[in-house]
Amino acid sequence: MAQAQAHVGSAAPTVDHEGQEHPIKLYLVVWGWLFVLSTFSYLVDYFHLQGYLRWSLILLFMILKAGLIVAIFMHMAWERLALTYAILLPPVLVLVFVAIMVFESEYVHALRTMAFGGP
Amino acid sequence: MTDVAVTNTGHSSLQGVRSIAADWSSDQRAFKNVPWGKAMMWIFLLSDTFVFSVFLIGYMTVRMSTTVPWPNPSEVFALEIGGQHIPLILIAIMTFVLISSSGTMAMAVNCGYRRYRRATAILLVVTALLGATFVSMQAFEWTKLISEGVRPWANPWGAPQFGSTFFMITGFHGTHVTIGVIFLLIVARKVWRGDYDRGAPGFFTSRKGNYESVEIMGLYWHFVDLVWVFIFALFYLW
Repeated sequence: MAQAQAHVGSAAPTVDHEGQEHPIKLYLVVWGWLFVLSTFSYLVDYFHLQGYLRWSLILLFMILKAGLIVAIFMHMAWERLALTYAILLPPVLVLVFVAIMVFESEYVHALRTMAFGGP
Repeated sequence: MTDVAVTNTGHSSLQGVRSIAADWSSDQRAFKNVPWGKAMMWIFLLSDTFVFSVFLIGYMTVRMSTTVPWPNPSEVFALEIGGQHIPLILIAIMTFVLISSSGTMAMAVNCGYRRYRRATAILLVVTALLGATFVSMQAFEWTKLISEGVRPWANPWGAPQFGSTFFMITGFHGTHVTIGVIFLLIVARKVWRGDYDRGAPGFFTSRKGNYESVEIMGLYWHFVDLVWVFIFALFYLW
């Protein structure tokens, strides 16, 4: 995602010292998309989708919304790459922590099931 | 590699990874054209990202490792409106309110850079009002759940970890929103008075007022919305 934003960044000539000026319409379009995506994620629950379909849709809409907010509302698409990478790369590494804790919780769950005879 | 030379605020002509290497190894400011206030806000937000990441990872860990069934958020957060039972509706409305506040905030930043003083101030106040609405709805949600017997150590529907993670995550997020509302009002007042047009010094850093402050405020506010995107997906919908 950062790569895609980087290309936008290098193409946009608007970066200047005085600040970020973009057409108001851009913000309204992003606002509209955030509404649409939120409605979609709500509908995932409303229609009781289950299993992998539910989880992948939730994650997809989550990532799209987060990307729009960071790239457009927070102007990351127009920032210099040195800042973009310094801010966006570290959170990606959190996924390593997530993976570690997935193994840990599966281990604890197995222990509880064996030792306490849970379901 | 002669074009690596950049001044303190100038731009290197390099692109891609080479520009990152040049910026970071230039033995000067790494964030060339980024005002320090903005860079510091980004770094604060990065640290805050880790705080919320750890909360959400903790939530994932207790939810995956418990052998007791997890309460169904869709039902827990359902409301009866006009005799209709609508699942998760309060959370959906809260999401739309917060997204709308992000929209007005983005427009406020834009109007600020265009020097539309009144429009900026009004949009900031609207953002603060939407934020306050969000916090009130969260207070309503907490009241409802507490009256139904949800506690950080127990709840009527299943795994006790539900209550602890719910109060911790939404409580911390609500605190962020509340702090944001207070600062939005402070910034709105400064805009209204014209501090950023006159370059009046701030009370804390004494640096000259500038519409950059509105953008920095905006970064914080959008971050609050960003965190809610993750909480909504991972806690309420999962």
